[in-house]
Amino acid sequence: MPRTIVTANRLRDGEVVYLAPGGRWAERLVEAEAAESEPDLARLLATAEQAVRALLVVGPYEMPVERAEGELRPLSQRERIRALGPTVRADLGKQAYQAAVRRSVADVPV
Amino acid sequence: MYRYDELDRTLVGERVEQFRDQVARRLTGELSEDEFRPLRLMNGLYLQLHAYMLRVAIPYGTLSARQMRMLAHVARRYDKGYGHFTTRQNIQFNWPRLEDVPDILAELASVDMHAIQTSGNSIRNVTADPYAGVAADEIEDPRITAEIIRQWSTLHPEFSFLPRKFKIAVTGAPHDRAAVRVHDIGLRMRRNGEGEVGFEVIVGGGQGRTPIIGPTICEFLPKRHLLSYIEAILRVYNQLGRRDNLFKARIKILVQSVGAALFAEMVEEEWQHLRDGACELPVEEVARIEAHFASPPYEALDPHPPAFAARRLGDREFGRWCRTNLAAHKRPGYAIVNISLKPVGGVPGDATAEQMEAIADLAERFGFGEIRVTHAQNLVLPDVRLGDVYAVWQGLGDAGLATANIGLVTDIIACPGLDYCNLANARSIPVAQRISQRFAEIERQYEIGELKIKISGCINACGHHHVGHIGILGVDKKGEEFYQITLGGSGDENAALGDIVGPAFSYDAVVDAVETIIATYLAVRREGEPFLATYRRVGLAPFKERLYGAH
Ligand code: SF4
Repeated sequence: MPRTIVTANRLRDGEVVYLAPGGRWAERLVEAEAAESEPDLARLLATAEQAVRALLVVGPYEMPVERAEGELRPLSQRERIRALGPTVRADLGKQAYQAAVRRSVADVPV
Repeated sequence: MYRYDELDRTLVGERVEQFRDQVARRLTGELSEDEFRPLRLMNGLYLQLHAYMLRVAIPYGTLSARQMRMLAHVARRYDKGYGHFTTRQNIQFNWPRLEDVPDILAELASVDMHAIQTSGNSIRNVTADPYAGVAADEIEDPRITAEIIRQWSTLHPEFSFLPRKFKIAVTGAPHDRAAVRVHDIGLRMRRNGEGEVGFEVIVGGGQGRTPIIGPTICEFLPKRHLLSYIEAILRVYNQLGRRDNLFKARIKILVQSVGAALFAEMVEEEWQHLRDGACELPVEEVARIEAHFASPPYEALDPHPPAFAARRLGDREFGRWCRTNLAAHKRPGYAIVNISLKPVGGVPGDATAEQMEAIADLAERFGFGEIRVTHAQNLVLPDVRLGDVYAVWQGLGDAGLATANIGLVTDIIACPGLDYCNLANARSIPVAQRISQRFAEIERQYEIGELKIKISGCINACGHHHVGHIGILGVDKKGEEFYQITLGGSGDENAALGDIVGPAFSYDAVVDAVETIIATYLAVRREGEPFLATYRRVGLAPFKERLYGAH
C-alpha cells in the first residue's frame, strides 16, 4: 500500500489541515501521520469521521504521499499547491507562514 | 445607476439574517455539511482548494464608487487584501472564514450588494456590455433589460430549481462585447424596418464541456414581449431539460437534440398562452427602471480639447495608453477609460484593496462615481471628460494600474485554475504570466495587434478558452499539467469556437508554442490583417506545420 495520509478543511475558517498523530489536525503536511497498512488507514479515516461529527473538519479524504529527505511530500501537483498555497503568490497560504518561520530562524544569531 | 428599492433591500437583509442563522446552526452541528452545502452555495460561498471562497454578484458589471470601497474594505478586513474580478463580471474573495461570512454579507448589504444567485441551478447574474449606456455604437442601454430580467427572475419560484444553472447576456450594440452567442439566452438589441427596438433572441449557446454557438430562434422580438417570451423558453426547458444527467442538463443540449427550428416552435406555442398576459411589461414599470439608468449630467464639451491632444503627442507613455485603453463615448468630449488588470507578469483580474480605493477615488473625482467590470477581467470608468483623461491616467499610474494593453496579446483572460480552484486540472495564471512576460515589449505587442488569448484550467471553461483567438485549456496527463491549444475562436458578433491545433503541450512548452503560433501568423498575414482574419483565411495547416512539422 502506498503511504497515505488524511486531509480535510477546517470547518470554521476553511484552512487545509492534515490528520496528525494523536488525532490532532495540523496545518502543515509534514506533521501528518502516514498510514502504511490498510488497518492503519482505516483507523485514520475513522478518526477523521469523528472529527467531522465533532465539527472540527469538513470533507476529509485520503491522499498518497512519499517520504523524501526525511519529510512527507504530496505526489500530485494539486496536493502540492494545496499544501503550500498559490504558486503565483508566495506571500499567501502556508508557504508564506513557513517562509516567515525560516526567516525568523535565520535571523537568530548563533 | 440602479438603486435598490425597499423591497430589494428588505429581501437582501432577510437573506443575510437567514444565512447568519444557518452558519450558526452549522457551527453548532445542527446542520451537517450535506445540509449546509446547498445553503452556502445559494449565498455564493464555495469551499475551494485552500479555503472558502465568496463570490459576490455585480449585476451587469456596474458598480458605484461606494460599492468599490466596500469591496476594498472586505478585502482588507476579512480577506488577504485583494479580490479577483471574474469573467462573469463578479468578484471573488479567496480566503474568507466561514464564521465571518454573515458579517461580510451584512456589510455588503449596506451598499446594496449580495451573493445571491451566483451559484446553484438558478438564473444567474445577468451580464451586459460593460460599455452599456455610454458606447457610441449603442441602440439602447442593455442594463435596463438586464435589470428587468433580474427583478423578474430574482427568487422566481418557478425557476429557482431549473435542471441546471442558467446564464443570460444582453447587448444593446451591434458590436457584441457581452458574448451573447455563448449564453443560455443571448439578447441582441436591433431595430426592425419601422425603426422599432426589439431583440434578436439566441438560445442554447454555451461553453464548458460541450461548447456551442447559440442559434437564433427569433429574429425580432418586440421589447414589450421580452419577459413572456423568456418565460416561454424557460418553461419549455423546465419541462424537457434533462435532470438525470448533469452533463446533459443545460438548455444547449436540449436545443441541439430537438433542433433549433423545432425548439423555436415549442417556445412559440408556449408563448401563445403567455403573451399579452401578466408578465407583459407595464410601461410605467419600464419607465421607472429606465429612470434609474438615466445619463449623468453631461456637459456640452469641446469634442477635441487641445490640451488633451497636446498631452497625447507630448507624452509618449500617455499616448500609448490612450491608443489601447480609450474607447469612443456617445457624448462628444467624453471618453470610456479602460483600466487594465493585466500588468505584465501579474495575476489577471486581481486588484488590491488600495487599487480598488484608488479607482473609487478616480471614479468619484472624474467619472460620476461609476465603475464597470468587463468579462475580460478589466475595469472601466465609463464617463471621463477628455480634458480629465490625463489626470486619470496619472492617478492610475500611481496605483500601478496604467498598463497600456487592452485587446493586445498581454491582455489575457485566465481563470483561477489550479492555484485556487478545486476543479482544476492545471494552472492558468502562471501560464498567462509567462506569456505576458514573453511579449512584454510594447512595440512588439503593437506589431502583433489585436489578439485575445484565453486560458481555462479545466473543461468548465471559466476562462472562455473556446472563444479565444488563441485558446488554452489545462488538461491532466498522468498527474502532469498539459495544455491543449485551440485557434480561431471568437466571442463577439462573429462568434466561433476554436479548432484544436494538435496534441497538448507541457507546462514548460506551452509558452513557446504560443510564440510559434504568433510567429507563424506574422509570417503569413497580409498587410493590416488581424490574427483572427488570417486564421480564417489560412486555417490550421500552417500553424500545425510549424508546431508539429519537425516530428
Ligand atoms: S475553468 Fe475549471 S479550473 Fe478554471 S475556474 Fe473554472 S472550474 Fe476552475
